[in-house]
Formats: sequence, C-alpha cells, structure tokens
Amino acid sequence: MDKQSIFEAVQEIFRDNFDDEDLVITRETCADDIEDWDSLEQINLLTAMEKKFGLKFKLEDVRGLENVGDLLDLIERLTA
Amino acid sequence: MDLLRSDFDPTLVLQQKRRLKRELLQKEGLVPKKVAILSGSTIGEIKNILELFLLANGIRPEFYEGGYSLFYENLVFDDGSLKGFAPDFIYIHTSQRNLKLWPEAQDDAAACEEKLNAEYARFEQAARTALGFGCPVIINNFDLPLYRVMGNREGVDVHGRVRFVRRLNEKLAALAESTPNLYINDLAYLQALYGMDRFSSVTAWYAYKYAVSLECLPYLCQSVANIIKSLLGKNKKALALDLDNTLWGGVIGDDGAEGIVMGSETPAGMAYAEFQGYLKELGKLGVLLNVCSKNEEAIARTGFDRADSVLKADDFLCFKANWEPKHLNIAAMAKEINILPESFVFVDDNPAEREIVRRELPMVTVPELTSPEEYIAAIDRAGYFEVTTLSADDKKRAEMYKQNAQRAALEQSFGNYDDYLRSLDMVCEIGAFDAPHAERITQLINKTNQFNLTTRRYTAAEVEALLDNDEYITLYGRLVDKFGDNGLVTALIGHRQGDVLDMDLWIMSCRTFKRRLEHAMFDELVRRAAAAGVRTIVGHYYPTAKNLLVKDFYATIGFVKTAEDEAGNCTFEFTGFEGYQPQCGVMEIKRV
Repeated sequence: MDKQSIFEAVQEIFRDNFDDEDLVITRETCADDIEDWDSLEQINLLTAMEKKFGLKFKLEDVRGLENVGDLLDLIERLTA
Repeated sequence: MDLLRSDFDPTLVLQQKRRLKRELLQKEGLVPKKVAILSGSTIGEIKNILELFLLANGIRPEFYEGGYSLFYENLVFDDGSLKGFAPDFIYIHTSQRNLKLWPEAQDDAAACEEKLNAEYARFEQAARTALGFGCPVIINNFDLPLYRVMGNREGVDVHGRVRFVRRLNEKLAALAESTPNLYINDLAYLQALYGMDRFSSVTAWYAYKYAVSLECLPYLCQSVANIIKSLLGKNKKALALDLDNTLWGGVIGDDGAEGIVMGSETPAGMAYAEFQGYLKELGKLGVLLNVCSKNEEAIARTGFDRADSVLKADDFLCFKANWEPKHLNIAAMAKEINILPESFVFVDDNPAEREIVRRELPMVTVPELTSPEEYIAAIDRAGYFEVTTLSADDKKRAEMYKQNAQRAALEQSFGNYDDYLRSLDMVCEIGAFDAPHAERITQLINKTNQFNLTTRRYTAAEVEALLDNDEYITLYGRLVDKFGDNGLVTALIGHRQGDVLDMDLWIMSCRTFKRRLEHAMFDELVRRAAAAGVRTIVGHYYPTAKNLLVKDFYATIGFVKTAEDEAGNCTFEFTGFEGYQPQCGVMEIKRV
C-alpha cells in the first residue's frame, strides 16, 4: 500500500470515529487538535486501524504515538 | 447498523459510536434511566457502548462512573455520590483480573477453601451493598484464567485456578438464584462464545487495563443491556415465523409434506429440526409462536402433521398461511393477540420479505438469516427474549392466549356482550399487596404499557415497602374463568393524605381487556376507601406513546376532570361515595 492510500484510509477512519465528514488531518495533527481525541479514543483509533489494515499491533508499537505522522509511519512500517 | 440484530459488526460499533448515538437519540419515547457502572477494570468505552445498546432498546441512560478498579470502595465506602445519584441499575464490571487470593501449590485443602470463601465473601459483600441502594444489581461472574500451569489438572485440582473460578461461579450463581434483584452477566459464557484469545486479549489488559478486548466489548455491553431492557419489560414477546426454507427445507406447496426437508436423515433436516426444537423451548418460556407464511393454510398445516416435525400445529397461537402481504398479517396478529407490533420478531429466509416488513413495520425486529444451520444463533445471540425473572405465569402464557382465542370464539355466539361476559363464569380474587404476590406485581408494574395510567415503575424494594403500610391502599386482582386462570393481571396503588386518596398507579394486563375487571377493581377500591374514611379519590393520566387507550378511563367510571396541562397530563376527582352503585356485575368477587 502506498503512502497516499494509507493516508486516505487513516483520514477516513478519523472522520468515521469523530463523526465529522469534513475533518482534515495532517502529519502534525495530534490529540490537542481534536476535542474528542483522548486516551480512550486513541485505543479506538488503533483498533480501527488494526481492522482496516489487517494488522495486530504489538505492545511496543502503540507506545509513544504522538501524532498522525507517528501513526502513518507505524502503519507504513508494518505493511511494508 | 441495527444493534438489535445479532450480525452487528463490533468494530464498526466502536468506530461509529458518535454517529450511532446521534441517530439513536432521534427515536421518540426514550425512557430515561440512571445506570451506575462500577469498575474492576477500565470502563470508559463500556459506558459509551452500553449507552448505544440501551438507546437501541428505547432506554436513555444517565451514567455514574465509578473510579478505576474501585468497585468495592465505591460501594462499601460510598462518599454519598452514589446514593445521591440514586441509580435505577447498578452494574459491577469485575473479572478474574480482580481475584487476588489464588490458591498456591503449598496450600493445604483447608487453605484453598478459605481463599475461595474469602474471595466469594468480598464479591458477595459488594453485591449486597449494591442491593442496599434498592435497585436491580448486575454482577459479572468470572472469565476463565488465560493460562494453566498444570494443564488439564487446573480444572480438577483444588489448587487449580480453573477449578477455583468455576467453583466461585457456582457460588455466585447460587447467590443470584436466591437473592431477589441480583442478576448475573455471564462473562464466562461470553468468553467461551467469542473465544478466550479474542475476548480476553492480553494486549488490551497490559496496554489499557481492559479486561475484555475492545473488539468484544460491544458483545459485553449488549449482554448487560439485554438484562436491563428485560427488567424494564422491553423484551420481545412473539415470533412471526415463515415456513418454507425457514422451519423446513423446500416448498411445501410444490414438494408436499413428504417432500419437505426436516428430521434427522439429512444435514439440513437436522438443522431445521434443531431450530424447531429451539423455538419449541422458547414457546415453553412463554414466547408466543405464530406462523406468517405465503401458503395455502390446509397444505401448510400438513407439514406439522409429519411424525418427525418437532413443532406441531397447536404450538402456534396464530396461524397465518395465506397470500396477504406479511406486514399486514403481522399487524393483524398483533391486533388479535392484543400486543404491540414492536413486540414481534419476524423470521423469514427470504430477503425480499424481510425488507418489506422492515420498511412497512419498522418497529418489528427482523434478524438476518443466512443458512439454516445459523438460524438459531441469529435469534439466540440477539437476546430478544432475555429471561431475568420467570414466573409461573410466563410458562403458562401461550396457554392463556389460546384460551383468549376460545373466548373470542364464544363471544361471536352472543348478541349481547354482558351475556357473553356472564357466560364466562368469571371469579375475581381481589386483595391488598402481600409478600407471596409481590414479585409478580413488580413484574406486571414494569411491563404494562397500555392500560397504565401513570406508567410509574417500581423496584422490588419499593413494592415491598407498600406491604402492610397504612398510608397506602393497594389492590391486586386475579381473574379465573371457565377457560382457565389468567393469573394476577391488575394492580393499583393509592396513597392517603387525610381524607384524600391519590392514585399513584393503576395497571391491567392487555390479556384481560374488556372483561369489566377494571370495574370490579374500582368497586372494591371504593368499598375499601370508604371504610378508611376517604372522601375524595384523585386520579392521574400521564400520556405516553402507548397508553392512549386509558386517556378517558377515569371519566368513564365516575370521575370528573379537574385539570389538564399542555402535555396532556390530566387530573380527575371522584367523590361519589354516597349511594355508589357497583359497576361490574358480571363476575363473582372473592375478597382476600
């Protein structure tokens, strides 16, 4: 999967999870930028991504994810 | 996505929870309820998803969230916040992660036993303290441990954790069985159903302290919501069943009774037979079975004459085998049985028929069916008929409705309705609330929607408090006639303030509409109120989506309307004690 398709799929997940059809994310988007993005929602986002990309994150994978860029890099690494 | 169907996608539920909530909140007639969730592990998302399942069942929850893993402390050392919240339900979300005193290899048998009793005592105390808040309490039993140091012997040896959990679960079951208002959410069954590795994901525990994986959390919430909606009388009551390729394989009109597939000879035949057996068991619990099929009735019936047919024609209450559209048949059955269309689950293998019913009768629940071996799961996993309490009446319910059909047939033969009523040889037992009837009265109060003047719900504890209480006049009524015993079908509660009796509640089961039972109850109420020095009875009507039927009820029995507000809430007064003429006159009254 190329970077652009991963980005678009992740953007779709964010729109779905936050019930906002117009949400636009960038690599720098982080929890401070989206009101409902708390630790609880972080788990939900990760679960949705596991399902979408057919992945199973390891404990180490989900530590220190600060922003959308970190998420994209992780998915790119695991789907490479 | 329909959360009342067992094929919901749990990951999508999590992902789209905000949109789902937004949509579900649009539904009309949502009943507000307060739910306290106490934590043995992370409950954050449990609250959000439980909310969705309750909304899907017509319940709008407000939550109290206990502190992380503080279920015991929040209950036993309540700082007043839980009491102040005044919960309608308490759910204690614990799991085997909360067990501390596991038996160890060096423990002797007595020490193992002590640990078992100590752990049990802790959870029993939590449950009993929760019950002290006067509302139904739901506790989990324990999921099995995720590893077995001794392998299979873990389930046999007193030191084994598997054995330990199974024994604890048995003790909790015995507790729930003997304790009113206490219900068990079967975490052990859910774990088995969805698979230990999937359900009890260690990642979810290590990373987020969730005892149940995110992916399976919607199933947990569905299970808890089913207990709550069942207690609130929101179970489904009836099944409308297609025949061809639903109860048997093949088309009876083409293949004939001998040609259809059922019985133990073929794999598909076994699947249909087991499905019929499942439905028969539901019938024994009081679920009303009905046929809704496009067929010639005479031919359709021959399918059930086969010796290997588990279901027989007389297992069904209504038998609609005709060429009418199915939604019309379901609406007609609802009317005949006198239940609401929303109490129906429609079961049909044909996607087109399902779609038409969904469109024409959106309140009817329509599960997806794929292949006969999956029919049972499609119905069972949804929990449409979740049993929380099982009274003797429930088991007899189908019989009672059948007797109603006989009464209807008799009614046809009388020109005069009073003559018909007298011919039923009705005997009505009327008495004040007492301990032996309290459970049934509570059940009736919480599930009666149509003949219900105030739609006020009572917990078991609240009903208990009315027994032998001089400030209240309470009456229950039980109706027997020549076709059978209808059971305890009506109740009323009035509270006294000086010489005024204010009616808090008046309900009657739809089973006994149009029998003058309400008049018999009122005659007796007038008699007892007069003897207690009451001069005025005040009645209230609070409109809901379902009780339009009794809007003018008080006016028809001698009350005068004294007030009505914009919402349609009405107040009535009765003062006609002097020279009161009994209004019933068609049944014998037995006062107890």
